[in-house]
Amino acid sequence: MKAFTQHTGLVCPLDRANVDTDQIIPKQFLKSIKRSGFGPNLFDEWRYLDVGQPGQDNSARPINPDFVLNFPRYHDASVLLARENFGCGSSREHAPWALDEYGFRAVIAPSFADIFYNNSFKNGLLPIVLAEQEVDELFRQTEASEGYQLTVDLDAQTVTRPDGVQYRFEVDAFRKHCLLNGLDDIGLTLQDAEAIEAFEARHRQSQPWLFGAIR
Amino acid sequence: MAGKTLYDKLWEMHEVKRRDDGSSLIYIDRHILHEVTSPQAFEGLRLAGRKPWRIDANIATPDHNVPTTASERKGGIEQIADEVSRLQVQTLDENCDDFGILEFKMNDVRQGIVHVIGPEQGATLPGMTVVCGDSHTSTHGAFGALAHGIGTSEVEHVLATQCLVAKKMKNMQVRVEGQLPFGVTAKDIVLAVIGRIGTAGGTGHALEFAGSAIRDLSMEGRMTLCNMAIEAGARVGMVAVDEKTIAYVEGRPFAPKGADWEKAVALWKGLVSDPDAVFDTVIELDASQIKPQVSWGTSPEMVLPVDQRVPDPAVEADPIKRGSIERALKYMGLQANQPITEIRLDRVFIGSCTNSRIEDLRAAAEVARGRKVAANVKQAMVVPGSGLVKQQAEAEGLDRIFLEAGFEWREPGCSMCLAMNPDKLGSGEHCASTSNRNFEGRQGAGGRTHLVSPAMAAAAAVTGHFVDVRELLNGGAQQ
Repeated sequence: MKAFTQHTGLVCPLDRANVDTDQIIPKQFLKSIKRSGFGPNLFDEWRYLDVGQPGQDNSARPINPDFVLNFPRYHDASVLLARENFGCGSSREHAPWALDEYGFRAVIAPSFADIFYNNSFKNGLLPIVLAEQEVDELFRQTEASEGYQLTVDLDAQTVTRPDGVQYRFEVDAFRKHCLLNGLDDIGLTLQDAEAIEAFEARHRQSQPWLFGAIR
Repeated sequence: MAGKTLYDKLWEMHEVKRRDDGSSLIYIDRHILHEVTSPQAFEGLRLAGRKPWRIDANIATPDHNVPTTASERKGGIEQIADEVSRLQVQTLDENCDDFGILEFKMNDVRQGIVHVIGPEQGATLPGMTVVCGDSHTSTHGAFGALAHGIGTSEVEHVLATQCLVAKKMKNMQVRVEGQLPFGVTAKDIVLAVIGRIGTAGGTGHALEFAGSAIRDLSMEGRMTLCNMAIEAGARVGMVAVDEKTIAYVEGRPFAPKGADWEKAVALWKGLVSDPDAVFDTVIELDASQIKPQVSWGTSPEMVLPVDQRVPDPAVEADPIKRGSIERALKYMGLQANQPITEIRLDRVFIGSCTNSRIEDLRAAAEVARGRKVAANVKQAMVVPGSGLVKQQAEAEGLDRIFLEAGFEWREPGCSMCLAMNPDKLGSGEHCASTSNRNFEGRQGAGGRTHLVSPAMAAAAAVTGHFVDVRELLNGGAQQ
């Protein structure tokens, strides 16, 4: 997995609450059996004026000029600023894949849906929860000044504004460790193979019906 | 010391190891796979040279992408017209064959929506941990199981290790006491809950539904309830085990038999929250006050009783909420203060992992019986949740009732709930849908979804607009 330590980047403000994963990557693109190729279809229904189809040449499609991601000043944004309950809905990991491939490294919001939050860490995309007033202030500042950038430091658990003001965020120790070091958590879990085998033996003893029933 | 909640008990039964950093390894008893979120996980397994930890914990079926017309299904996978969908269904078959995973293939009578077939086969049992790369896995919690959706990386993690790395969530109880009015269903309860606590109300919590109104529900109703816990933000929905749970499971193909059955039942009876258990959050609802619900907006929390009017953003003080209402009204093509009963429908969809079980089809058929789909409704379709549900419905003659009323009777799959297959809404079309999400574009780009119960969907189909289904049912006169 790709590591995340520190990142400074242009901020794009997406001023909507409850952005769902159907919006982040619409279902027609989920037919792919690959992990890549989703970036051009991130926010497809908001980003383009036509209905997108898999395998299409996206550069030839009509762009929605009113969608914030298409504003020239936010081209090359790598930090997404969002509202509450970002990533709600479907568990599709294609959502963080699409955000990552587009070029986002971090998403800042007052709250995230649980599954999206979890999926992001597996893909080197850092979801950051800040207080609602802090997010409000970041929206104001981002919209007020073109080229507005933030610096995210995972080790220090801080978001730093251009004027030096810092916000601290919380992150689970295990997730932080994996993301800082780009660790494959399957490999980590398999270090506990003996504990899993021992548990499994006890479990089989007490509830034999859970094993071998389906063949 | 305070007692334990059902979630506390299920967690303890599956905790392999608590790590120093506060996370735990949780053992997974049942893993269900489908074609959309598994191919990258199998690929990851192969690339790392890993083998599945325990083949017999896995069960698979294609559901999201499969066509639901008899003609397209007849020819098998080769005849799936959409090339990309065909490749995905084929890939699931190949992966399951390669790794030796039991799969109910597309034209197996046991094929169906993952969250319908698990319980139907007895592959979902009380006391299990059940995961699947689909957020509606919360459905299986209706059996006193700990069940939730996972992403593709976790699908690979479960395949490789039989475990997940997790942190314990908080406990939430939604207590619904009293008797549901005639014609009001589990779907209306859960929509009313979401309307009350919002789509983020259960975030970070495992949600247990309790109270006399929940105990009165059938297992099908409890599955509908737990299915939509995720729409309230809770990954996990649960109902405690009782006699109904045990009666439902008994005799299913993969349920324990003989001495194992007796032992299992004894253990399952303890899968309830202790009377003195403490919940972090408790929400109470009076069942007798719940009316048939209709969603009007683009989030499941934008829902109201059928006798209400669409909200007016002008009276909303919070600017973010006001913006959301304005955007939703524009997308949905609705006017502020418009009565919900004046919303006219273009299509009706009865199906999905929320409402495609036999009881759902019976409820819809009761309304459709002897009536006709209204002229303004271009299409009304019924999509059973599995081949076995379809068979049962046909044995009861429900297919005839639907066909005579002008509904289409389809083959099992996820269908228009998420419109990955050819079943979808046209732009601007209003749909009365028994599914779970009314997000923008969910049922087709520009499509306008209204979430309702199966009976309410059937009532909308035959009248052409929303109507309180109780006006069409005989029992209504007795109330």
